[in-house]
Amino acid sequence: MSEELIQRVRNVIANTQRIAVEKITIDSSFQELGIDSMDGVNILFALENEFNISIPDEAAKQIRDVRQMIEGVEKLLAGGVAGAAPAAS
Amino acid sequence: MHRVVVTGIGAIGALGRDAGEFTKSLMEGRCGIVPIQSTDCSALRFRNGAEVQNYHHRPYFDDKRADFIDRFAQFAVIAAREAVELAGIEWTPQLRESAAIITGSCVGGQSTEDAGFVNVYKLGLNRVHPLTIPKTMANAGASHISMEFGITGPSFTISTACSSASHAIGQAFWMVRSGAAPLAVTGGSEAPFSFGILKAWEALRVVSPDTCRPFSKDRNGMVLGEGAAMLILEPLEAARARGARILAEIVGFGMSSDACHITQPSADGAARAMRAALCDAKLGPEQIGYINAHGTGTQANDLTETDAIRTVFGAHADRVPVSSTKSMHGHALGAAGALEALAAIVALRDGFLPPTVNYTVPDPACDLDVVPNTAREADIEYALSNSFAFGGLNAVLAFRK
Repeated sequence: MSEELIQRVRNVIANTQRIAVEKITIDSSFQELGIDSMDGVNILFALENEFNISIPDEAAKQIRDVRQMIEGVEKLLAGGVAGAAPAAS
Repeated sequence: MHRVVVTGIGAIGALGRDAGEFTKSLMEGRCGIVPIQSTDCSALRFRNGAEVQNYHHRPYFDDKRADFIDRFAQFAVIAAREAVELAGIEWTPQLRESAAIITGSCVGGQSTEDAGFVNVYKLGLNRVHPLTIPKTMANAGASHISMEFGITGPSFTISTACSSASHAIGQAFWMVRSGAAPLAVTGGSEAPFSFGILKAWEALRVVSPDTCRPFSKDRNGMVLGEGAAMLILEPLEAARARGARILAEIVGFGMSSDACHITQPSADGAARAMRAALCDAKLGPEQIGYINAHGTGTQANDLTETDAIRTVFGAHADRVPVSSTKSMHGHALGAAGALEALAAIVALRDGFLPPTVNYTVPDPACDLDVVPNTAREADIEYALSNSFAFGGLNAVLAFRK
């Protein structure tokens, strides 16, 4: 996973959540960042626009933290299926 | 204070073109969820909805009149005609001047607005049809009902998302109970199948890609529906005096707001609305024999509603049947509360429990008797109908046989 990708996803989360990007690390959980289900849906929308991808509902449901989100975006950009990685929780 | 009875019912939706067909479908456990026909869904993540099959404004409206009425308001008038006819109302000038019309709608005629905005935003045209505003306004249903019957009393529309129709029926109930109106036409109507609205629902990620399975462990979201249901309410003594057939009594109405989150439901808010309805009806929880659940089929609603029912009903929660008829008629948003009130009324009248269809796998977190898949005979005296809207605005109606 490239540093550029990590940075872009962190920026999307920061802009959508209206929090400082410094607060977001690759290991942050959504819970730590105060991201609830509606916030999560907003972030998915912003990611779809940022990367010009379509994130399936089923894949989206598995995502609980920033790392899973970046991995999911990476897979979709590579033409794979997001959320295929085992869920941490 | 009057006792308030239902003397007329009317419906149109995925389960049929009148209240009789609607009732028969509930008894048969027929699911009205099929591929959406009125909109091209190829660019959507879902394909299915609960539409009125092969709907055309004729024979209900001539072409000229239909030009002025969006599909959602056409449904309102169609259901109101049936309810008025069944009630056998004899209109006098005095009754026309004082009868109330209270309808619910969530999105109003947004299909009309959607089409108009395609003209200016997409096609680059410089004008929108002049009827866009009068067809789109959420009160168009109430307005067209008033013109249809020449009713000139208090008429208005309530828009509280998925609780709209329940709030409307509740207000009508209280107006007739208090004597503020001698008769009310009330219910809700909706027709949300336009591409822009469907896209907006898709973005929320709450719509099922296949079907609606309330309370089932494998549930994966709601399915949108359309249609209308209307009721005629009048005081018991007036109904008796004119020899009207009494279909059910409304005995209580309760409201609450979650003050919590704009989309996530709260068990506390739902529980307080149910308690308020029981209190208004002067009923104890153990007297309730059936609950028509809000039961959207989303993870969040069904879990929260189960918790709320357990909180209010205690040990009786293991005995009271709870079903979601949205599994059959879909989630008709601002019409949902009216279709579900109708389901509760015919369940009491005809002695059956409408099922929760598409139910496959029990969910330990939703461990209520959800009347899975098959309707059941049951002689019940009191029923509740739950509506819990986005925005946390809750409305619960209590009915008696």
